[in-house]
Amino acid sequence: MAAVEFKHVDVIFGKDQKQAAALLDQGKTRSEILAETGSVLGVADASLSVEEGTICVLMGLSGSGKSSLLRCVNGLNPVTRGELLIAHKGTTVDMANISSRQLRELRRDRIAMVFQQFGLLPWCTVRENVGFGLAVKGVPKDEVQRIANEKLALVNLSDWADKPVNELSGGMQQRVGLARAFATDADILLMDEPFSALDPLIRDRLQDELLELQKTLKRTIIFVSHDLNEALKLGNQIVIMESGRIIQAGTARDIIFKPANEYVRRFVANINPLHVLYAGVLMRPLTQFNRTQDQISLDEGWILQFDATNTPISLRLQNQEYPLQTLDYDTWMQDVVEVAEQTDQPLCVTQAGKIVGVITHKDILHSLLRQTALSTEQPM
Amino acid sequence: MDWLTEHKLPIGKWLGQGVDLLNQQAAGFFDSLSMVLETILNGTTAALVWLPAWLLIAGIAGLAWWLHRSWGLVAFAVLSLLLIINLGYWQETLETLVLVLYATLFCMLIGVPLGIAAAHHPLLYTILRPILDLMQTIPTFVYLIPTLILFGLGVVPGLISTIIFALAAPVRLTWLGISSVPNTLIEAGKSFGCSKHQLLWRIELPYAMPTIMAGLTQCIMLSLSMVVIAALVGADGLGKPVVRALNTVNIEKGFEAGLAIVILAILLDRLFKQPAKQPAGAP
Ligand SMILES: Nc1ncnc2c1ncn2[C@@H]1O[C@H](COP(=O)(O)OP(=O)(O)OP(=O)(O)O)[C@@H](O)[C@H]1O
Ligand SMILES: [Mg+2]
Repeated sequence: MAAVEFKHVDVIFGKDQKQAAALLDQGKTRSEILAETGSVLGVADASLSVEEGTICVLMGLSGSGKSSLLRCVNGLNPVTRGELLIAHKGTTVDMANISSRQLRELRRDRIAMVFQQFGLLPWCTVRENVGFGLAVKGVPKDEVQRIANEKLALVNLSDWADKPVNELSGGMQQRVGLARAFATDADILLMDEPFSALDPLIRDRLQDELLELQKTLKRTIIFVSHDLNEALKLGNQIVIMESGRIIQAGTARDIIFKPANEYVRRFVANINPLHVLYAGVLMRPLTQFNRTQDQISLDEGWILQFDATNTPISLRLQNQEYPLQTLDYDTWMQDVVEVAEQTDQPLCVTQAGKIVGVITHKDILHSLLRQTALSTEQPM
Repeated sequence: MDWLTEHKLPIGKWLGQGVDLLNQQAAGFFDSLSMVLETILNGTTAALVWLPAWLLIAGIAGLAWWLHRSWGLVAFAVLSLLLIINLGYWQETLETLVLVLYATLFCMLIGVPLGIAAAHHPLLYTILRPILDLMQTIPTFVYLIPTLILFGLGVVPGLISTIIFALAAPVRLTWLGISSVPNTLIEAGKSFGCSKHQLLWRIELPYAMPTIMAGLTQCIMLSLSMVVIAALVGADGLGKPVVRALNTVNIEKGFEAGLAIVILAILLDRLFKQPAKQPAGAP
């Protein structure tokens, strides 16, 4: 079920919205509209549905309208035209057409937000910041305290609860921001470039932490990023935007292997496959190999040995037996390469406990080539 | 040019007539306001004078400790107050203190809400700005006369003039504090469902508090600087001996009373000044 659904959403900033909308319908571009009416076209005709419990990443260059689209969801930006539907209490609410009381209710109970500049209250302690949303809702003090402690434990900041927030490093402050967003148990999380202000190592770690938390919390997350690596790593669905319009929406594989246009292709050319591709993409399925009796012959003289129940049991090289080295289907390429480098033998990929494919060193090199081939295939 | 001088605009006359009109039409209002204020101020002064001096000194020293945890300040407070007693101006100091504190109280009560409203409504600020400029630049003696007419001689016209003079500081600084709240904080508040009221109390006021407190200290200092002028319209306090010394060309007396004012100023400034900490988290 879609938790959030955008239907032909336009966002226009400025006084002359009617006229700007009329010009938009005539097919005028953003700069023409700006020149004629002085209004800025933030988002044009965006249709998108975000499934419950998934991460949807809005991606694009600066000024492409990512924030404008995101901020419609909790009403920080107005929806000029179109519908923005959110399932709420058995009915659907249209953000384009909502009473201020209902908006406040949604913001308190259903939608939380994480900001690029953290947006923490500097005069409050870490715990008070985490409890902010609850306090606004009027939750009793000791209850606020209890929940805040719980969420602080979730982001590993329990020891810092009584410190003022500005004594924390940037990465820690953003963890406080995350804990604050989790605290109200809002099932829709809006994140506007939450990790962009952090240095790369911390960013990477927080991405991992977010993915880890998401496994159990299963929130609907709309995440803005200008980094395709981040988008591919986090997003179940990736939405590429360019000057206010949605260019392509799809899975990581769609974006990488079927880029919709030159703009997307240029992004793909700059990704780092180590963080984006995973074992399931790298492997060759067992069914692709020629089987002779109970053996499959892999590259470089390696042989995969099967037992009587048709399960692979060992690897052989020049009559020497080696135990199998297995990896999960979802393992990032980075880890695949690491394991390959350490073990120096073909790797078996398991899905639901069964071995479904093999990755040899050649497969790894091949996938690297394929990715680079793709990104340089057509000269820009 | 002759034409210009011959056809003088009767600005002063209009204002004078306005004040007269007020005085005639609303005399009852001004009289009763004056009476109420006078009762409050004189009552407070009488209560403080009635208290033994050592108790007051101990109280102020305790306040200094409670606010700043500094033995240096406590020692300074005790010694300076003892010096004032020694100079023989204890009662006058209390009278001045009461005038200054009430003026500041009224200034904050009017100024802070006005500053908040101005920060939320740019149009109001546009209207308010020239008025505030006027209140701060117009020579005090000019509005001393109408206040004298409306409120009669005594402590009340002193209080009113002081308020007019000192009011601009808290308004401006409150406006500054509230309007410099970073947008991210406002949006963080909104996105967690703050109502306007919650936004003010949970985000804007805490952020602006250091600036508002700076307004408070400024307001106290401005009020103190009005002490001598207040004495001219009959307000009791340290201004009186100064005025008397001026009239009798008495250097010693003038200097001693002036010293008492300076001591009080330093003491109040140290007491109410925030520890030199920037608004937390300000960039
Ligand atoms: N409140 C506003 N008033 C006027 N114009 C705005 C407003 N907010 C955004 N815009 C304009 O809308 C366009 C899209 O801005 P938006 O912030 O959505 O881009 P973005 O993709 O988030 O970019 P960035 O990566 O820089 O954050 C920009 O041209 C911006 O100037
Ligand atoms: Mg943005």
